[in-house]
Amino acid sequence: MSEIRALIVDDSSVMRKIVERALRQAGLDALVVHEAGSGSEGIELLKAKPVDLILSDINMPTMDGLEFLRQIRAQNLAEGVPVVMITTESSEEHVKQAIQAGARGYIRKPFTAEQVKERVLPLVGAA
Amino acid sequence: MSVSLRESVQRVSDPHNLDASVEEVFRLMLGIECQREAGTVPVEKESVTSVVGFGGMLSGACVFRSGASTAIKIAAQMTGMEFADVDDTVKDGIGEICNMLAGAWKGKVPELAANCGLSVPAVITGRDYNLHVQAPEFQLHHVYRFGDRLFEVTIVCDGLQ
Repeated sequence: MSEIRALIVDDSSVMRKIVERALRQAGLDALVVHEAGSGSEGIELLKAKPVDLILSDINMPTMDGLEFLRQIRAQNLAEGVPVVMITTESSEEHVKQAIQAGARGYIRKPFTAEQVKERVLPLVGAA
Repeated sequence: MSVSLRESVQRVSDPHNLDASVEEVFRLMLGIECQREAGTVPVEKESVTSVVGFGGMLSGACVFRSGASTAIKIAAQMTGMEFADVDDTVKDGIGEICNMLAGAWKGKVPELAANCGLSVPAVITGRDYNLHVQAPEFQLHHVYRFGDRLFEVTIVCDGLQ
């Protein structure tokens, strides 16, 4: 499998590590991870570094995940790059908002590596 | 049509929802089985408390509290790292645990899942402090055990629409 460059956006550094570990457990061994602690940090990172996959929390200070998603679409950053929201918010309304903002997938915390595998790998052609 | 939970306090305050949320979060994120326990969390030199606020249809908070050594053990289990004391990573981990507990708990009631927001976690460390809420609508206070460790989770509701 070719190298996958992933951007993980979460205000929790522990959560970013857990998501990275879950991606590796899901089979993405050739993984290069960029981390951002907020939506605005994520935007700056995307301006400098191309990625193949974005995973973002929703509930973050400064700029939340939905606004981050809207901004990257509005600024044509990461065009065609799949975005998966990973969040504690699990209502249909939140999922709908995320999909409307351009997310391709949604994973509720707490999650299993198996869920990450099922929902992320097909988006990067690694299923 | 406006949604109201005023007539459903019993459903919202069902203690099984909290037990199921704690078991789910610890099993999935830490690979740890937790059981509810009678009794109290032993007093340690330092304790760690994380608070996640609820806003919207329900106002209140989800509060996690444990001794420092238990917080360190939980963070170690989450990250695969070792910690000598309650550093920023341990606080971050405990904040995330509380965030997931709050999210899982409100997710058990569909009206809350859709109409109740969560604050970002605040983490408090120290000793000899108490949490006091004036006349809450309801309060759940449960102690849980994993291995020889105990921690407590409290749901305080001070307003329900």
